[in-house]
Amino acid sequence: MRRLLRTLLAVIGFGAVRRRARRRHEEAQARRAERPTEPDRRAENLVVAALLLAAAAALAFVVLYLVTPNTQLLGLTFGGALALLGLAAALAGKRVVSQEQAAEEYPEFGDERAQGDVQAVVEESGSSISRRRLLLGAAGLAGGALGAAALLPAASLGPNVDGTIAATPWRRGRRVVSRDDKLIRAEEVSESTFVTGFPEGATKESLGAPLIIVRVPAPELRLPPDRLAGAPDGIIAFSKICPHAGCAVSMYRHPRFRPTAPKPALVCPCHYSTFDPSRGGKLLFGPAGRDLPQLPLQITAAGELEAGGDFYDSIGPSYGRSREKPGRKD
Amino acid sequence: MKVRAALAALCGIGALAGLVLGPSAPAKPGPAESGRQLYVEGCSSCHGMDARGSPGRGPTLRGVGAAAADFYLRTGRMPLADPKDQPERSDSPYTGAEIRALVDYVASFGGPPVPRIDPRRGTVSEGNQVFSDHCMGCHQVVGQGGITTQGVAPDLRKSKPVDVGEAITVGPYVMPRFTDQLSRREIASVARYVDYTKHPDDRGGWGIGHIGPVPEGMVTWLLALFALVLTIRVLGEGTS
Repeated sequence: MRRLLRTLLAVIGFGAVRRRARRRHEEAQARRAERPTEPDRRAENLVVAALLLAAAAALAFVVLYLVTPNTQLLGLTFGGALALLGLAAALAGKRVVSQEQAAEEYPEFGDERAQGDVQAVVEESGSSISRRRLLLGAAGLAGGALGAAALLPAASLGPNVDGTIAATPWRRGRRVVSRDDKLIRAEEVSESTFVTGFPEGATKESLGAPLIIVRVPAPELRLPPDRLAGAPDGIIAFSKICPHAGCAVSMYRHPRFRPTAPKPALVCPCHYSTFDPSRGGKLLFGPAGRDLPQLPLQITAAGELEAGGDFYDSIGPSYGRSREKPGRKD
Repeated sequence: MKVRAALAALCGIGALAGLVLGPSAPAKPGPAESGRQLYVEGCSSCHGMDARGSPGRGPTLRGVGAAAADFYLRTGRMPLADPKDQPERSDSPYTGAEIRALVDYVASFGGPPVPRIDPRRGTVSEGNQVFSDHCMGCHQVVGQGGITTQGVAPDLRKSKPVDVGEAITVGPYVMPRFTDQLSRREIASVARYVDYTKHPDDRGGWGIGHIGPVPEGMVTWLLALFALVLTIRVLGEGTS
């Protein structure tokens, strides 16, 4: 009974508030009626025209998309529809809806009564809370759980790759083939060209697969003694993947006449890391942090090229700290 | 040796001499003779009087063949003002006949002939694949040219199919030779692709110099930014 009475009172009270608001609104209208704004018919027509054109352009997009998908026309119609819609909105905002600027006065700063009110409100706001600790606990729990939920996906950042990154398909005795699986013979690698090789019977797509093979005249080889055997007849193979960012090292600077041109080098086209093939892929220039990894080669009795083992250094682009410095792979 | 070479030159070029000059010009020196003369005047200071090169100035021309001579002379890459310069495409100071005489003279020392390139024997798609594998790194995917360290890879838009074939055969300046790896059909395909890149069909709209996605993005951003600023200016007028 008491509750019903309360509800009734509330409804009456709300009605009274609304009635008062409506009365104020009517008063304002009556006041402002003294300076009426003329509707701008031309602007309205323009907005309508822009909207209709936008609709037409959008429909044209639909039709074109279904009939003849021409990229330029599709872009023109869709972009045109958006632009016309924007134009309509801008015109409506500026010309159709009448505009008036009114300044509202701010209360002065430092009004002591207002400050007191705010202070009272702040103090009162917490006073009705009875189970403060429960609320705080629940809030803490929710925050913690949300934080955990946000952090947990970090655990899914990529598969665990540890061994697979350094692994390459090259083993002692694995023969070298061309892109179309033909065995590469030693005599095919002449001094003024480079050959791209892949492991026989393994995927060509993996980072460790592709080789760039060049021939350096034997007297020019400046290899460490333990690597000399890996470059038979001056034929020397490197990973084709630049140790900087993993691009394919596909440029071989090979001068026809040494004294008037830059010396031979393998160059990565992405950032111009430059490696000296005669010194085992030593970095000469560029952003790569280490030398181009060399693969030991040997020549079979039949004259074909085959690997003499895995790469001397780890292959692929450098990451973290592990590959910034040159060093033998363990 | 010199006598033998000169004899070989005379024998080898004799037939051609008859064709080119005909019997009406008996007083003028024969092409082998004029080739030799032009060589001595224009080339011997670096390549040596006997075309065996001179240390630190120019390589031997024995064994380079007509392919190299025709490529360097016809594209104006030779003669070179300073032997330390990179040879670049320019207008040749020689006339067509003089170039032919010089090429014949150099060819008389042996080496590969001018390759016959018929782009119609190749396909654009194969050319694109081979070009992407072997040429793109330096010459850029639509042959706009680029740089290698300490060298410039030339723009290929002026290259005729025979120029492409010769460059692949010769490996000029710091470019490697690719004849060991490419078949005749593949070379024809590359020449056809290089022809195609002179007028690629720009399906996306503007080519913007065909130099890649970065300038394309920049142009889009500049245009869009300009349009946006203009729009904001118009919309915001009078409300300040």
